Amino acid sequence: MTLEAVSFWVVAAALVASSLAVVLTPNLFHAVLYLAAALVATGVVFLLLDSPFLFGVQLLLYAGGVVTIVVFAIMLTERLVGERIAQTSRYVVHGAVVAAAVFVGVAGFLIQVPLGGPRPSLPGDLTPVIGRALVGPWAATLELLAVLLVVALLGALYFARTED
Amino acid sequence: MSLYGYLTLAALVFAIGLFGVLTRRNAIGILLGIELMLNAVNINLVAFARFRADVAGLVFTLFTISITVAEVAVGLAIVIAIFRVRRTVEADRLDLLRG
Repeated sequence: MTLEAVSFWVVAAALVASSLAVVLTPNLFHAVLYLAAALVATGVVFLLLDSPFLFGVQLLLYAGGVVTIVVFAIMLTERLVGERIAQTSRYVVHGAVVAAAVFVGVAGFLIQVPLGGPRPSLPGDLTPVIGRALVGPWAATLELLAVLLVVALLGALYFARTED
Repeated sequence: MSLYGYLTLAALVFAIGLFGVLTRRNAIGILLGIELMLNAVNINLVAFARFRADVAGLVFTLFTISITVAEVAVGLAIVIAIFRVRRTVEADRLDLLRG
């Protein structure tokens, strides 16, 4: 096995294990920490796919930003110690059946379509290409995204404001 | 590792996130499941971008990451607003709109 295959299997095992821990651990705070591990593992998958820029974005925005605000939300709505943070799951069997059915469906679709073929060689550092694409063909989308972020921030402020 | 490996990994993580969304009682736990599902989609986008040598997948991944961050901010603000009114974030007891 090549080094790339070995590292893929290691990262895949870490990603699946931490994802399972996110949905199975009874402690909500631990679930957030496992989510951070899963997000970092996803970033390493990006690294295996030769996208170091997206690895950085993933670490900064997801593992940094999202995990921080989720921890704040937990601190505001639950006590970090004691009984209340323990959460139970319901309909575990139903959920497992539906999730397994979705996975089997997607995997069954995957083995039907011819997606094989070697990985094309990298034309060089992709980060400048991404930058030029962002202000070139995708410039309007980028501006719309800026508007969306402003609206989302204003909306979050509006929802979480105090009455007085 | 071929494209199949990455796509299967993404499908597995997506299914795990779906399981979390379906089974968690806590609204924040449900949001964590949604995070996992969106994350799996990003793996798909980057894998296709790499194996088809098309930078559009990477650009779209940037867009989805930013949109997810906005979605989490709004979602958690809603959770906090609900908590102020109902003193609970258990999804089963948030039936304000039930007729």
